[in-house]
This record gives sequence, C-alpha cells and structure tokens, in this order.
Amino acid sequence: MTINTLSQDGVQRQQMPCLTKTPYYWMSTRWPASELDYAIYLAKKNIRKQGELIEYEKECYNALHKRINHTWDFVVMQAREQLRASKQRRKADRIVLECQEQAYWLVNRPPPGTLENIDYGPERRTMNTRVQLIRMLNSTKKSYVKYCEQYQPHDPIMQGCLPSNPWITDDIMFWNMHSETVAVPTKLRVERWSFSFMELLNDSMGRKEFLTYLEKEFSAENLCFWQACEDVRHGETSKIPEKVDEVYKQFLAPGASRWVNIDSKTMEKTLEGLKRPHRFVLDDAQMHIYFLMKKDSYPRYLKSELYKNLLARAIVPQETKKSVFPFMRRQRHSSPSPALATQIGEDDGKGKNSNSVKSNSGTASRL
Amino acid sequence: MGEMEQMKKEAEALKTQIEAARKAVGDTDMASAASGVAPAPRVQLKTRRTLKGHLAKIYAMHWSTDNNLSSLSSIGVFRLMVSASQDGKLLIWDSHSGNKVNAVPLKSSWVMTCAYAPSGNLVASGGLDNMCTVYNLKTPVIKTVKELDAHTGYLSCARFLSDTEILTSSGDTTCALWDLETGKQKTVFLNHVGDCMCLSLSPDMNTFVSGACDSLAKLWDIRDGQCKQTFQGHTSDINAISFYPSANAIITGSDDCTCKMYDLRADQEVISYQDAALNSGVTSLALSMSGRLIFAGYDDFNCNIWDSLKGEKVGVLSGHDNRVSCTGVPEDGMCVCTGSWDSFLKIWN
Repeated sequence: MTINTLSQDGVQRQQMPCLTKTPYYWMSTRWPASELDYAIYLAKKNIRKQGELIEYEKECYNALHKRINHTWDFVVMQAREQLRASKQRRKADRIVLECQEQAYWLVNRPPPGTLENIDYGPERRTMNTRVQLIRMLNSTKKSYVKYCEQYQPHDPIMQGCLPSNPWITDDIMFWNMHSETVAVPTKLRVERWSFSFMELLNDSMGRKEFLTYLEKEFSAENLCFWQACEDVRHGETSKIPEKVDEVYKQFLAPGASRWVNIDSKTMEKTLEGLKRPHRFVLDDAQMHIYFLMKKDSYPRYLKSELYKNLLARAIVPQETKKSVFPFMRRQRHSSPSPALATQIGEDDGKGKNSNSVKSNSGTASRL
Repeated sequence: MGEMEQMKKEAEALKTQIEAARKAVGDTDMASAASGVAPAPRVQLKTRRTLKGHLAKIYAMHWSTDNNLSSLSSIGVFRLMVSASQDGKLLIWDSHSGNKVNAVPLKSSWVMTCAYAPSGNLVASGGLDNMCTVYNLKTPVIKTVKELDAHTGYLSCARFLSDTEILTSSGDTTCALWDLETGKQKTVFLNHVGDCMCLSLSPDMNTFVSGACDSLAKLWDIRDGQCKQTFQGHTSDINAISFYPSANAIITGSDDCTCKMYDLRADQEVISYQDAALNSGVTSLALSMSGRLIFAGYDDFNCNIWDSLKGEKVGVLSGHDNRVSCTGVPEDGMCVCTGSWDSFLKIWN
C-alpha cells in the first residue's frame, strides 16, 4: 500500500490500487459518488449475497429504495448487467475490481462511526481495505508463477533450445527454422500462439494463418482493419490523414467493400473524430474489433482443424551435438531431417556458403 | 509534537501494521506462492563471445529486434546490436560472428545511451550534449536524420516506438515523446523531482515506466501524457527499470543495492532482491524471456542472476574487469549481453 507524501494542508491521502485501463474507482478522477451508483452497488451486493447485507448497508439500501423508487428497475437491471459482465473477466481482474469498488464505497459512504481524519487526528480504522488488498495481491502473485511456468519451455536460458543454441554450437539452424518464410514451423512456436491473442498477432506467420482462417469465416476484414489501424498509430504523422481516409473508404463507409461491424455508438464517435484525423482517432474502433476477434474468432481458431493440423505437422527439431572443437568458426550442419531438406535447399543455398568468405574486420575471441 | 511529526509517526506505524496484517491474514507471500514451483536450476552461464573494439568505457547497449531476421540471415548476419562508448563511437555488431557491421562517429563523445529502432533502420544516441541524435543505417553512408534538441539536461535513456516516434528520459527530470519527422516534442512527461535515469516501454506500447533519482518509479500513459502510478520503496537513485514480459509488473534496480519487483495492478512492491553481502549499486538489468531470471549488473564488476519468483540469487556472471554498465537479452531470449567500463561486451549463455 503506497502512502503519498503529505500535502500542504497536512492531510494524508491514500493512494488506491488501480487497473490502468479502468479508472472508475480512482480517487483522482473524482468520479462523483452518486446515489444511483451507490444504489447499483448495493443492489449487486444484495443479489450476490442473496439478501444478507450488513446492517448499515441494509438501512441505506432501504432508504435508497424509497427515495429513488421511480428508477428502481433501472438500478436492478444495471446491477444484473454488471454482475454478468464481471463474470466474463478473469478471476484476478475480477478480484482486483471488486476490491477497488469496495474500497471506493468505504471512502465515499463510510460505515457509521468512522472517524473523520481532520476532526479526530491520525487514529483511524482502515484495516479492512488493507486485508482486501493483501488477498488481491496473492492472486496476482500466482499469475506470475503461472506465466513463468507457461513460458519456461520457450526460454532458452532456462531450458535450452532445439536443435541447439547457436551461441554454443555455432549452428545457426535455430534461426533458420524460425525465420518468417519457413514452410513448416516448430511445435513450440505454434503452441505459443495459444498463450494469448497478442502472441498470435505478434508472429507474422501466426497472423497469416489466422487470416486464412478468418477468410473461411468471411470475417477477414476484421484483421485487415486492425492492421490498418496499427499502421496509422505507428506510422508517419504526415501520412495520417490519407491513411485514415483510406481506412474509412475501405472499412467504415456505408457500403464499403470490407465493412467492419462496429456498434453504433463507437461508429458515431469515430466518424465524428474523422473530421479532424489524428494518430489515435481509430483507437476506439480498433479496440472494439480487437476484442471481437479475441473473444470470438481467436478461441475458435485454436479449436479449428486448420490450427490443429498445423500443430500436428509442426516439427520438433532434433538436437545437434555441441561442436567438439569450439575454436572452429565454420558452421556445422547436422544432416537435416527429410522434412527440412527441401525448404533449406531453397532459401539458403547461397547464405551458408557466403559465411566462409566473410571479411573479418573485427576480433572476437571465445573461451 | 507538531502534526507533521505525528503524521510521520503514523506512516511508520502503518508500515509495521501492514506487515503484521499480512502475517495475521496468513496469506502467502511471493516466496511461498512460488514454493510449488521447481527452483530455477543453478544457472552457470559461460562467456560465448567477447566483443572487442571499443577504446573506452561502454555505457550502453541495445539489441536489435527479430524483424529483419530472414533478410539478414540469408547474408549470414545474425543478432545485430548497437553499443555506445565514450570513445565517441556507436558500434553496430553482428554479435554471432563478432564482426563490426558499422561504426558511427559521434559529435559528442559523452554518450550515455543508445537505442535500435524495431525496424532496424535507425539508431539513436544521446548523453551530456542534452540531445538525442538519430542516424539512418540504411543509406549508403550513415547519415544523421535528426538532432532532437529540447531537453535542458543530459539524455539518460532513449527508446524507439517506431521509425517515427522516440521516447527519451533526461537529467532535467522530464521524459519526452518526439515526432521524428518534425524533430519536435509531442508530449512532455512531467512529474519526477529528480533526474530521470531510465525508461522501459510496455509490450503494447501504450504505456512506459521511468525511474529517477528521486527513488520513485512512475508509470505513464503515452497518449495523454499523465503519470498514472507511482512506486515507492527504493531509498536511492533508480538506475535501471524493465517491464516484466507479462506486462503486469516492473523490475527496478537502484543505487541502494537492491532490485525490486512492483505489481502494476496491486500498485505496490511485491518482492525485493537483496543480499546483505551485496553493497554496490545496481547499474542495469534485463530479464530472461520467461521473466524467471533477472540479470542485474552491479558496480562491483559482476552481474548477478536472480530468480524473480523466489527472490534468490541463482548465479553470477563474472569476467569483467570494471563496472558492468549495461545488460540486454535479445528478443528470442537466447543469451544475455553485458557491457562494461572495461570496454568489452560479453555474450553469455
């Protein structure tokens, strides 16, 4: 728990934990804690705990029910919606958000008897929040363990790599097998695409495979749109207006050849922003399509025949032995497996021979 | 006692209360959460290459990314990296063969940082000249593309987001995002009260973290220029910082001889990597590809290897004859490179 430095008036302000993408419960945003929001929060709690609210919350709930009875349907509907949406989140994220929400309401609607800092000085009861934070911390710690375990087979320093680490054996086959143009990828590489959507998108071969899949599903325009947005975000500033215009013509205009399905609210906002195009004008639309692909197309791709076939065809390279005479810099080629023979012959015929006539303008010594 | 004194006392008391609360709740700390995980094997890395060519202290190095791997591999070039030394040169190495592919003479020899663009087309350098100079490697003769001149303090770190944007951190306590076409600052990140010493971009490039001499690490949103989170805990200058590969945490290294891991969602320190026997500051750090191992370079000429989950030291890279000033792990995680004031770069795995 971080405790901020004291401000001028000597009041100590607590800093709340946060998920950077959902600032709803941050103190700094000064989200006005309205009656309606509090009612929704209590309604959610009521539903979850099936009527077992703590005493003062029960009183507040009943009082609110009387006061804003006219919108009570809305309150209950919102509460149910939010509960349903929260079930979709990952457990760690859900716990974090719940803690934030609870802490937020503890501050804005403190239980009766909570001492006011300014009136009563530093003695305060604030242990509840901290206990929640500690529990949240543990779920995040477990997520690191999970991440490390998942990626360990891919970490050459932890677990070595096949066919061999080029730094140790001087055999560059590993790099050749992982190039973008290789015909058959390695098993580890294809497995990695299943770790997260970003892993799939970061690998150019993964993107190509995914595009093939999407074409079968007639939703290839989603990935193309996403890539076009990335190009706008990271490209030259001077080209932004023309790129954005292209994107509009191809993907967003009514009747466009590759129209993408965005909800009306986001579309309205984006079209408004297009009047004054800037680097991030397509962000909302891009995010919408990204999540669409992530929640829908991506899981189905992983279950598809296309992916499973590729995984079955993917190779596990044979280990090449470490070169016996380490001071020889000549590349050692283990006899390639038949599956690789044709592919290597094609794109590396020239490359390997040229190594021996490299001009050596630097010194490199090895142990 | 004045109210200020009282508040300070409360701060201390609260810290002890937190520790007690943690134990009372009986929940696991990171080490026990990780107790089920097999311990990292005793890591013994050997020097596979020693790159000689610089004539003075090496201050920074940066690996190129995999993007141009296939085009380069067909001409037998693998694993490019750039290194900067106070002999006034940037050297681009084909580290696998040990050849120097390019040498870029610098206008000012007081260089403190260097960076390789993800595309492989550009490199940048900066230092006591308060400027960040960007060079194009793809023209027949290496040309200076831009001189980014707006900082009022030394340039401590630079990182490219693309061929059109670069982030810098400076001794004038600010970080800045530059537009490389116009050469102007697009966003200035103001919040630190001490010299900014290092920065690290998140994998999704929407945020970055910076470490400064005010012993704080801050998380920034690149789009709106705001400081979103601040991490306390260090008691001296933070010299090195890096995102954990899962992007949920950051690791920092400081002159107080410790490294710390901060969780972004919990907004606090999760584990501290320290050892009573170590009493020299951390100068640089890099993570293995799974995040399990932290390679931290220290002033005592060694690079210590920490198990990030268990908080234990699992190895050491010794071989340099002077302070280790920079470390880096390439994208495929194949090895770790250390650069030192002894003017050599060593590749280990």
